[in-house]
Amino acid sequence: MERILDVNDLHVSFDTFAGEVKAVRGVNFHLNKGETLAIVGESGSGKSVTSKAVMRLIPDPPGRIKQGEIKFGDRDLSKLSEKEMQKIRGSEISMIFQDPMTSLNPTMTVGKQIMEGLIKHQNMNKSEAKERAIELLKLVGIPDAEGRVTQYPHQFSGGMRQRVVIAIALACNPRVLIADEPTTALDVTIQAQILELLKDLQEKMGTSIIFITHDLGVVANIADRVAVMYAGKIVETGTVDEIFYNPQHPYTWGLLGSMPSLEATEEDLIAIPGSPPDLLDPPKGDAFAPRNPYAMKIDTEMEPPLFKVSDTHYAATWLLHEKAPKVEPPAAIKKRLRGMAPDEPIIATKDGERNV
Amino acid sequence: MGRYIGGRVVSMVITFLIIASLTFFLMKLLPGTPFNNQEKLSDAQIVQLNEKYGLNDPVAVQYFTYMTNLFKGDLGVSFQQDGRQVSTIIGERIGPSAYLGFQSLVVGTILGLVLGIVAALRHNSIWDYGTMVVAVLGISIPSFVIAGLMQYWFGVKWQLLPVAYWDGFAYTIMPTIAIASIVVATIARFMRTEMLEVLGQDYIVTAKAKGLSSTAVVIRHTIRNASIPIITIMGPLVVGLMTGTLVIERIFVIPGLGEKFVNSILTNDFPIIMGTTLFFSFLFILVILLVDILYGIVDPRIRLAGGKE
Ligand SMILES: Nc1ncnc2c1ncn2[C@@H]1O[C@H](COP(=O)(O)OP(=O)(O)O)[C@@H](O)[C@H]1O
Ligand SMILES: [Mg+2]
Repeated sequence: MERILDVNDLHVSFDTFAGEVKAVRGVNFHLNKGETLAIVGESGSGKSVTSKAVMRLIPDPPGRIKQGEIKFGDRDLSKLSEKEMQKIRGSEISMIFQDPMTSLNPTMTVGKQIMEGLIKHQNMNKSEAKERAIELLKLVGIPDAEGRVTQYPHQFSGGMRQRVVIAIALACNPRVLIADEPTTALDVTIQAQILELLKDLQEKMGTSIIFITHDLGVVANIADRVAVMYAGKIVETGTVDEIFYNPQHPYTWGLLGSMPSLEATEEDLIAIPGSPPDLLDPPKGDAFAPRNPYAMKIDTEMEPPLFKVSDTHYAATWLLHEKAPKVEPPAAIKKRLRGMAPDEPIIATKDGERNV
Repeated sequence: MGRYIGGRVVSMVITFLIIASLTFFLMKLLPGTPFNNQEKLSDAQIVQLNEKYGLNDPVAVQYFTYMTNLFKGDLGVSFQQDGRQVSTIIGERIGPSAYLGFQSLVVGTILGLVLGIVAALRHNSIWDYGTMVVAVLGISIPSFVIAGLMQYWFGVKWQLLPVAYWDGFAYTIMPTIAIASIVVATIARFMRTEMLEVLGQDYIVTAKAKGLSSTAVVIRHTIRNASIPIITIMGPLVVGLMTGTLVIERIFVIPGLGEKFVNSILTNDFPIIMGTTLFFSFLFILVILLVDILYGIVDPRIRLAGGKE
């Protein structure tokens, strides 16, 4: 499979008055052509910083990419000049953001906001760009595109604005689309529509997508592979099936356990205890150890390497070490794991689980 | 929008009438009489003059007469200058004031915008701090102090510029600086704040993520949006500028409306006081109305909300 993006040992820090905030601390992941990779983690785990680093949109100062490489084709994005990056942004890699209410310029018509990228990257003149903007609005499912193109963002609902944002991002047919929590600010029905739209567009345009979310619920729906992020690191990565059926990292268990779903009852929901570590001074060893009920002595002393579970499945936890005691995920989570498995009929599994 | 403007015009007229009435009664409280050579006048002559100008009538009658004349567009005649029409006197004096006000406004606004933009784009740099020091000084030092200092250094000490009077461009420089200083300072500070605010907005990241050059992001998305709120402070600023000219014209002995106004107060020339006050009030109210309309035009959120009702 062709790798379109390959991030190796990425470190991003922010220099603040309090000291160096190590927001991303050695992240590795890759994106295959045409697939959707979900990056999942609690808020503050460094998902947005990682994606902004790929776009080279980290505000500098205070932020900087400390080390690592971001291979995109034969180029290393972390080394490109600002001018070279401007050619890539919006044309080869695009990004959509969390809050459609604030991510559009309120004083510019949506048409103009879509046209800007086209004029810049595809050398279109104004009328060509406008025509294409109308096409794009139709493509993202906005009714009356001809009339809407001259309207301002405040004349659109939240869901419609997010469609506009998607139109802007896809205007120049980028190879990679980074969607940073694109549905988090929307209500549930609209969320589903936007996810459907993204899947649909991906099929039509063949875009590879990095889908960032803190909500595992939407992941099963959209992703091919999942990277679980915690405290600035990827702690587990695998295909959707591997992450949902056979999770290895206690943090992934925690995420799965705290994920609300239709068939889960209140008492099945288990919040992960404690809170993420202070990235000003990350703990020695495994950053998840203080919140990990299965933590061993070594967790507080040495960082676990990535253990291989399968060719596509890796997890950074000492529990996978051959000398570690065998630990099973908590029963409640195991029960829920089956319940939410993406391609298994829910009712059948429920009965099966009850007998265990 | 049309209905909105109509409503604003009505409230404008009411405001104007209230100001006219208030000024009339406040003026009646001024001590002294309007005749400057009083000691040379006999009692009989004073009675006669009072009679001539209707000053013996009850205040209510005088008020009524005044307001009716006002409606006819008649501002009355000066007590001091052989009964010349107030409107003629205003007409003669408006030139230098308008020139000075306009020049200060344009220079001050442009300079203020540039300083504010540079300060924000070079946030926390020497440019930023420098601009803010200038701004704080500009706001806190009264314009007449700046005027006096300039007159001393540039006019008297170094003899670079004429100390006073009104006779060509060189004569406008110091008064313009004195009046514009507050404009520069206010706008620079405001623009800097607005720019920083806009620079932190999500849509700026969206614009960068499109691959736009930094210049395009700054001009099309940042400066444009940051300057819209500037319009809201332009009203009060222009008003402040007009009052500023009153003092500055007197300091530089400029034959403008402000200088005339200050003199008319000192000499109790009631019709001139009334006339110029009303003239200034009218300008103030007009400016504030224009600013509101302009804001509606520039900001689509307001323009369209107004258009739909
Ligand atoms: N501009 C900044 N200055 C300092 N710290 C920052 C900045 N941006 C992000 N961070 C820190 O980086 C960490 C990761 O943030 P982020 O990537 O936004 O998390 P999330 O996974 O919720 O997207 C957080 O601890 C945050 O405090
Ligand atoms: Mg985020």
